[in-house]
Amino acid sequence: MSKPEFVYVTYIATTPEKLWNALLDPQETEKYWQHENVSDWKPGSQWEHRAFDAARTLRLKGRVVESVPPRRLVLTWAYPDDASPEEKRSRVTFELEPAAGVVKLTVTHENFQPDSDMLDRIREGWPKVLSSLKSLLESGRPLPKLW
Amino acid sequence: MDDVFKALASPARRRLLDALRAHNGLTLGQLCAHLSMTRQAVTQHLQKLEAANLVATVRRGREKLHYLNPVPLHAIYERWIRKYDRKPLEALRDLKNRLEGDDRE
Repeated sequence: MSKPEFVYVTYIATTPEKLWNALLDPQETEKYWQHENVSDWKPGSQWEHRAFDAARTLRLKGRVVESVPPRRLVLTWAYPDDASPEEKRSRVTFELEPAAGVVKLTVTHENFQPDSDMLDRIREGWPKVLSSLKSLLESGRPLPKLW
Repeated sequence: MDDVFKALASPARRRLLDALRAHNGLTLGQLCAHLSMTRQAVTQHLQKLEAANLVATVRRGREKLHYLNPVPLHAIYERWIRKYDRKPLEALRDLKNRLEGDDRE
């Protein structure tokens, strides 16, 4: 069994439905991530992570491995030019567990390719994205622009 | 946020976080070996760190793996550091490290 390289946890005072929506709805992700996640979110479908610039630059791509709204979303996570097979791509799991008025959001990221710089980039990225997401859902205000 | 500062106010727990930063995903047994601490001591420190959400855990088969969770620290950084000038602070830290030697405590 593989061992995740990173596990991030944040507790957010919201509902699983609102949090799920905040992960996928471009109107929400624009506010705290400055990127949009585009897909029909069906298992097996492609998804894309695009910047909110004029060209809608493609930054990441992958497939929806599992989608159980509003509890669990598993995506493969690769650079646009990555031609390796799906099973070699890094994998992100979002788990949403309601607990006493808050939702525990666990993000695990695993299966990195040994020669990729993705590990270093997400190490900086996830804590920023998750604290900004928490701030947006709890106070209505995201953190100042992340990137 | 009180929990975070209380959890960090212990050299042993800061060493534990350093161990996870260097080797994320350790089991309790591996942590004990890295830190030369008893199982009981490590278990107690881990409870405080988990309560402060500075350590996150996942189960893989029969093993419980421990991860450094930097999300609460990032919130502190956002609140008190990012707004101010990070660059001058880094220059000061580098100067201090050069003069004193790198001291993690």
